[in-house]
Amino acid sequence: MNGQAGFMLGLRAVLPLLLGVAPFGVIYGVVALQSGIPALAAMAMSSIVFAGSAQFLLAQLVGVGAPMLLSAGAVGLINLRHALYSASVAPMLVRLPRRWKLLLAYLLTDEAYAAAIPHLLADREQASSTAHWILLGSGFGLWTGWQLATLAGVVLGAQLPAGLGLDFALPLTFIAIVVPMITRRALLAAAFAAGTAAVLLAALPYKLGLFIAALVGLAVGALGSREAA
Amino acid sequence: MTLWGLMLVCGAITFAIRYSFIAAAGHFEPPDWFVRLLPFVPVAALTALVTPELLLIDGAVALGIDNSRLWAGLVAIVVAALWRNTVLTIGLGFAAFYLLRGV
Repeated sequence: MNGQAGFMLGLRAVLPLLLGVAPFGVIYGVVALQSGIPALAAMAMSSIVFAGSAQFLLAQLVGVGAPMLLSAGAVGLINLRHALYSASVAPMLVRLPRRWKLLLAYLLTDEAYAAAIPHLLADREQASSTAHWILLGSGFGLWTGWQLATLAGVVLGAQLPAGLGLDFALPLTFIAIVVPMITRRALLAAAFAAGTAAVLLAALPYKLGLFIAALVGLAVGALGSREAA
Repeated sequence: MTLWGLMLVCGAITFAIRYSFIAAAGHFEPPDWFVRLLPFVPVAALTALVTPELLLIDGAVALGIDNSRLWAGLVAIVVAALWRNTVLTIGLGFAAFYLLRGV
């Protein structure tokens, strides 16, 4: 697979996720304006921060005039889980020039990682090296979709029809990605543990429950595969 | 001006988190236990994103038939397990979702 084919693979993989991301982007744009953030700054946040749930939180914190240090800390906590994606893709990117690493780190979101990861794992088995192109394709697709959705929210505001439930595309796509990846018992145990913990810890602030639940899943999976070995 | 400063700080923090392990790779040898955790990242992290969306309504576990996301999600899980097809999973999941909630 060459670079262009890898890029297109990543781009195609992220398309169904855009269906679910778009309504979030629109709503973010509306919420940002309601919080008193100027349209230009609301748009700029989508490329400067580029993290959906963190942008929602930040817009709300700005709206209530929260202290700067607290706001920045909250954004850090809500994005902690991205460190796991960073660790997951790091071995595949180790030989790339720094400009590639910087660009792909900037583009590393839940959705772009999810869309790319099944192809990255398949790619590694084939011992080819288009991982960075696949990640660039999914990252670029998500980035573009997010900017357009934010723009629509800022420009069109609340005129858009709500209640279609398009955000359900996100869990559905994650299901479509995760279920086929569960090929052995330790992976099933990891999924079950993380899924259960995420529900139990959902009340924790700053989405910390997601991060802790993922760690629980990792530990259960690793312990399970050691017993099987 | 403080708004832009805050956005830049938050952007820098977010980027630093995403860059952390990518930057460190190759500069040090990660311990064995750490390497053994990595294959479980996609399944664990993405499942953690899904289950609260299916099971919780306003923070409370909802198992009733009126929780259309839960039952549509279970349909999607079965479809994904049987056919391993992304488009089919999303399509039938949405079909079940709209049928259950009466569009």
